[in-house]
Amino acid sequence: MTPAALTDLPLWPPTNLGRDPLVPLDAGERDRFDAPVTKVRLPTDATAWLVTRHADVRQLLRHPGFSADLTRPGFPLLRALPPESLSDRRGGFIRMDGIEHSRLRRMLTAEFMIKSIRRIEPLIRQTVESTLDDLRDAGPPADLVATFALPLPSMVICHLLGVPYADHDFFQLRSRTLLDRSAAPELVRTHVGELRDYLHGLVEAKCAAGDRGDDLLSRLARDRVDTGELAVDELVGMALLLLIAGHETTANMIGLSTLLLLREPDRYAALRDDPDQAETLVEELLRYLSIVRTGLPRLALEDVEVGGQLIRAGEGAIAVLSTANRDAAVFDGPDEFDPYRQAHQHVAFGFGVHQCIGQPLARAELRIALVELARRFPGLRLAAPDGPLPTRDNSIVFGLDALPVTW
Amino acid sequence: MTGRVRVDRDRCCGSGNCVVTAPEVFDQDDEEGLVLLRFTAPAPETLALVRRAADLCPAGAITVE
Repeated sequence: MTPAALTDLPLWPPTNLGRDPLVPLDAGERDRFDAPVTKVRLPTDATAWLVTRHADVRQLLRHPGFSADLTRPGFPLLRALPPESLSDRRGGFIRMDGIEHSRLRRMLTAEFMIKSIRRIEPLIRQTVESTLDDLRDAGPPADLVATFALPLPSMVICHLLGVPYADHDFFQLRSRTLLDRSAAPELVRTHVGELRDYLHGLVEAKCAAGDRGDDLLSRLARDRVDTGELAVDELVGMALLLLIAGHETTANMIGLSTLLLLREPDRYAALRDDPDQAETLVEELLRYLSIVRTGLPRLALEDVEVGGQLIRAGEGAIAVLSTANRDAAVFDGPDEFDPYRQAHQHVAFGFGVHQCIGQPLARAELRIALVELARRFPGLRLAAPDGPLPTRDNSIVFGLDALPVTW
Repeated sequence: MTGRVRVDRDRCCGSGNCVVTAPEVFDQDDEEGLVLLRFTAPAPETLALVRRAADLCPAGAITVE
């Protein structure tokens, strides 16, 4: 392709700011990316096939002919990668394929299964209550993101992993850099290095004789590192992945969900009066808000036809979760928020073998957080209803930077 | 269509969608958190949920014959 032709391709992800935070793509963008498969230009001047339909997104993400390994040449990157040493990559199984991936993921599946999450529900509930106390003490008015949406999942994942929450400023700032598409590669490398050093110290301490706490990292140190199944720097990489994933995703879902519910006070009140509906409400929130809005990138390792388009080996493809979740072929009236619909087919957690391992935890946190918020703050409303809300436009995980509320 | 269910634990990625969808039929083992089948021939009234679980399985580890 000539450079002139490259600039004719639509740019993904769209750059225009200022849209309603609840709308993944505005009408113009929907038109531009309306085809099942569209060739797009990325900010790195690479090209990729944008896959937007529900069935095609599921096919792409489940197909073994597509790789998630972003260090492969030709991988469709949204930003330049920092020069990476091989050891930096270790343990980060979200970017691995096949047996390499499943070997590490399987060390965690029992930790995050529904039975295990049910056992820690009292801890989640207790953390929700204490963060809601903080919200009460901070206002009115108060910033719901700073006092509730962000600290809650952060405290829970710290407790699970055995990472001191007292250090949260340190790793929160750095984890944001890792998700920020506009961050300079050198800064990304520095912050990854600092996070790895921090977690390395923590893991070494847990591996040392005498420190055998009942947390996930201690369990992995005892059951996997001691037995020689897992190297220390692999455990560090796994810890890094879980810490980042556990921080930003649920926090942004809580913030955006609260905004949506405050705009629909009847639904907010219904949540308080009938908390049993929270489970289906949470599925619809996941579908409707689709916070991983830039999509999931993959590299074709063989020729595969997706949505009528032959994607050749060596070409990039991006599975757009937000459009798949608003596909009229699967969801009636997809742009309507309807907590009574069966939204279980959504792909907000991705699809294929990389589908979010923490989804039972995310669901439990969201459900408990929203029900308790509605119960404790029945009169909650936006403190600045007409002003624009600061959003995280450059982040791989979309969300609100702040949500001013009063009661 | 016999309604016989099979699970492939080698393919399972432990997402737990099946346990959410049809808890009468699917479980996860304590050691690995991978899919376990409670009944290979589930009651006819649960078959719709079993099919849904098969459809929602991200790894394609569940088949209904």
